[in-house]
Amino acid sequence: MVKKIKGLTLEFMPYSEIRDLDSSKRIKKILDVVLNNRIIVLQGRLKVDEETRLIEDTMAMIGHVKNFKGIELAVISSGNGSIPIFQKLTQGIAKALVGDTASMTIIGPASIVKEIKKNPKKIELMLKK
Amino acid sequence: MSIFKKLANKISRLFKKKNNISLGFYGPPNAGKTSLANKICEDWLGESMGDVSAIPHETRHVMFKEKVEIEHNNKKLIFKLVDTPGITTKIDYEDFIRYGLKKKEAQKRAKEATEGIIESIKWIEDMQAVVVVLDASKNPYSQVNITIIGNLAARKIPVLIVANKIDLRKADLKKVEAAFPEYKVVGISARTGKNVDKFYEALFKLVK
Repeated sequence: MVKKIKGLTLEFMPYSEIRDLDSSKRIKKILDVVLNNRIIVLQGRLKVDEETRLIEDTMAMIGHVKNFKGIELAVISSGNGSIPIFQKLTQGIAKALVGDTASMTIIGPASIVKEIKKNPKKIELMLKK
Repeated sequence: MSIFKKLANKISRLFKKKNNISLGFYGPPNAGKTSLANKICEDWLGESMGDVSAIPHETRHVMFKEKVEIEHNNKKLIFKLVDTPGITTKIDYEDFIRYGLKKKEAQKRAKEATEGIIESIKWIEDMQAVVVVLDASKNPYSQVNITIIGNLAARKIPVLIVANKIDLRKADLKKVEAAFPEYKVVGISARTGKNVDKFYEALFKLVK
């Protein structure tokens, strides 16, 4: 599903699209979308080791891909927003290790998304001018 | 990582003497990792560990200081300090130009910074304990902080969170504590030395 807002593209990626992929292919799929200057709204979240792998692969691409300056990343966890992040993390460590479809992950190119601010009830994408 | 390497690491951690503890300093750029490592080295070795700068990504390679003997309450422990480049998800050389660097110098710094982040992440599995250094004046809820600590938690590596720069007006120690209630958080100023004694106390509890 692709939704366009004034030239900005948000691409929804259901978890089913990455469920059967190994970690390398998952990350490649995500970075391919980001390199096309699109913001991904991913159903679920990556495993913790995939999140660090995503950072590693992002760093490896900066300098090798023209105008690529990295990514902005935010995970919105499921459940009560008033629960502190690390209570969620420890409660859901098993989920985080295998992937958690009840969360949502937003990943965008740093050349477009300046910052992602989040609080329990809303998420703000601060875009570059 | 292969199953055999994971097993070897676990056995190594179990039997490694408590007198040569690999202590990593992790966190986002410019949080004060090197400032804290310097403070420890100055306190116990009489020399510093690395350069610090207002320009982010001053530390672009993993740095070590072997056999740092720290004494607290009549107990002695020997550490191998591992200071790592700050981890982030983005690096733009133009940000360095804003700090006054020339374009080529900024591009070189950006390239080295990206390599440093990859190096930092690769070293995580070798740590026996980690001090995550955060800037107490910044929002602690950044995804990078969560990813780093989540990774350490998944590997069962003991973590102490240091909320640095508590001497700054904007510092909010309670916010850092609220973000990470499962972890011991110590508020310090590596620059002024404020509460560093509390840091040593927490460090000895962490690795006991």
